[in-house]
Amino acid sequence: MLELDRVSKVYKVGTFGGKELHAVNEVSFEVKDGEVVSLIGESGSGKTTIGKMILRLIPITSGSIRFNGTDISTLKGEALKEYYRKVQGVFQDPFSSYNPIFKADRIFKIIKDEFFPQVSGTEWKDKVERSLRDVGLNPGDVLNKFPHQLSGGQLQRFLIARALLLDIEFLVADEIISMLDASTRIDVLNLLADLKARGLSILFITHDLSLGYYISERAVILYRGCVAEMGATDKIYENPLHPYTQMLMASVPRLDRKWEEVEVELKTKPAELTRGCVYYERCPQADERCRRERPTLVEVEDGHSVACFRT
Amino acid sequence: MSLQVENLTVYYQTIRGHVRALESATFTIADGEIMGLAGESGCGKTTLGHSLIRLVPPMKFIEGRVLLDNEELPVWDTERMNEFRFKRISIIPQYAMNALNPTRKIGKMVSELLESRGVSSKAVLPELKRRLGLVRLSHDVLDMYPIELSGGMKQRMVMVLSTLLNPSLLIADEITSALDVSTQKAVAEMLVGFRDREIVNSIIVITHDISILYQIADSIMVMYAGQMAEKASTEVIIHTPRHPYTKLLISSLPKVGVKYAEKRLTGIPGSPPLLLNPPVGCRFRERCPVAFEKCLEVPPFIEIEKGHFVACWKEFEENARA
Repeated sequence: MLELDRVSKVYKVGTFGGKELHAVNEVSFEVKDGEVVSLIGESGSGKTTIGKMILRLIPITSGSIRFNGTDISTLKGEALKEYYRKVQGVFQDPFSSYNPIFKADRIFKIIKDEFFPQVSGTEWKDKVERSLRDVGLNPGDVLNKFPHQLSGGQLQRFLIARALLLDIEFLVADEIISMLDASTRIDVLNLLADLKARGLSILFITHDLSLGYYISERAVILYRGCVAEMGATDKIYENPLHPYTQMLMASVPRLDRKWEEVEVELKTKPAELTRGCVYYERCPQADERCRRERPTLVEVEDGHSVACFRT
Repeated sequence: MSLQVENLTVYYQTIRGHVRALESATFTIADGEIMGLAGESGCGKTTLGHSLIRLVPPMKFIEGRVLLDNEELPVWDTERMNEFRFKRISIIPQYAMNALNPTRKIGKMVSELLESRGVSSKAVLPELKRRLGLVRLSHDVLDMYPIELSGGMKQRMVMVLSTLLNPSLLIADEITSALDVSTQKAVAEMLVGFRDREIVNSIIVITHDISILYQIADSIMVMYAGQMAEKASTEVIIHTPRHPYTKLLISSLPKVGVKYAEKRLTGIPGSPPLLLNPPVGCRFRERCPVAFEKCLEVPPFIEIEKGHFVACWKEFEENARA
């Protein structure tokens, strides 16, 4: 379905753009039909950048992203529109996704004008109501309202309903739960699970490991733009091999057990390494080789790869 | 008893009437206790925290009494609270990373703040440096501007600043929500460290993330739509809660090791009521699976076991039967 092949994103930084910042560094993974893949990482790991590159909101520096075999960076005009018919994104902050001056359901009208100008008004109304019911909203309660009259959970579901109107095949869900309250976030998560059961593929971008485990089959752990570890969710959670993943697992607050006595190294501002492992400065097990060479992803067991010399 | 709150009621004044954000809060915090204050957005947890320290319009004090170390706090009088604020009771605000003055070097800002409270900054400097060490910040930060620090560093700087005068009560408002998991853990543990080193006597940790509270809090108080729902020790709230809201809330939290395919969690149907004209009686009534006629009256917040307070008519009934 969707395939990332050695995708990189380099930003020019510094006063005259003389320095380079590797936001995403040769990341490769794929999302199969009807699969949910979690992209897990802390702030600055490049997870949102990857989502935006898939949605073609920002260009790729090198590498390629292929959707059903076509390189998406070549898409133009009609073909690009066709791509957006199949691939859509929903973002973290539902409140800033709307124009507060207009009613919230304006987003549906934009979709109609843009993609379905030939559909009649009544038919469209039915379609909108059906997709609102699909996301667990009662159309009578939510249509014809301004964004401030709806709750965060409702707005977020509106955006998912909007994506569903297009019969999409792939959804980029970027931290869509983190702004919601505990009692409503699980409903949105279950909604994603139901959509997946109907064949939708989802890239679930999150920093919350328990949410990632709940919903996805496979997980990709990112650290400073590089894939540290990836594979089947259970394997990564039960047997984390990369020191970074191990640290993450130990510091995530859990309800079933107290924090272990693991010393968590506080983030220091890491010097920009051009060579060597990106986790070198924070890694408790790092040695001379980690400083000189950058480890590549190695498959350690079936469907579980790690980028670390020490495993 | 470190803090004693009786019947504290605080509303927000709007042109359309009072928003009843906090109704008769009554609870106590023991010496050395870290109390977690949990609930969804709009449940009144931040209102409660702020009313203990700086009650300013549109917040409006309706009634109630607050005792800190057996001395009455004039929470309704912003001027008189100056005596207590920062010295006896202090807060680490939400978005602490934006709480530092961007135009001043941090050291300069700290000394200005101290002078404004009539404390000599020279005398405090050695202690300030020791405290920076406790949160693992180098002394160089005093010569830096806030922009040079990362979010986690700013958060720790504000922690040092808020606790510099050894307040008796510290209010920590959502201090971990904007941080990465590894920094989150370190910051939360430093908070416990402040209590263990007796820099502060007791702490109220306000957060929507109950799993953090399970790690650091001694007790948890759960609020719903401006009313107290339940308060008990952390273990009791997590494992054997009695209030229907707490039960549903805890069971809706995804845990590492739970997959939707094996165990589908459910949320709580419906949404919290608007507090402008809140429903009479128990405000959870409309979403509650066990509500009955009696719930049209406001349930009192009663101690059903030692240290375990609940506000639920159904629970009282079952407790009386047992």
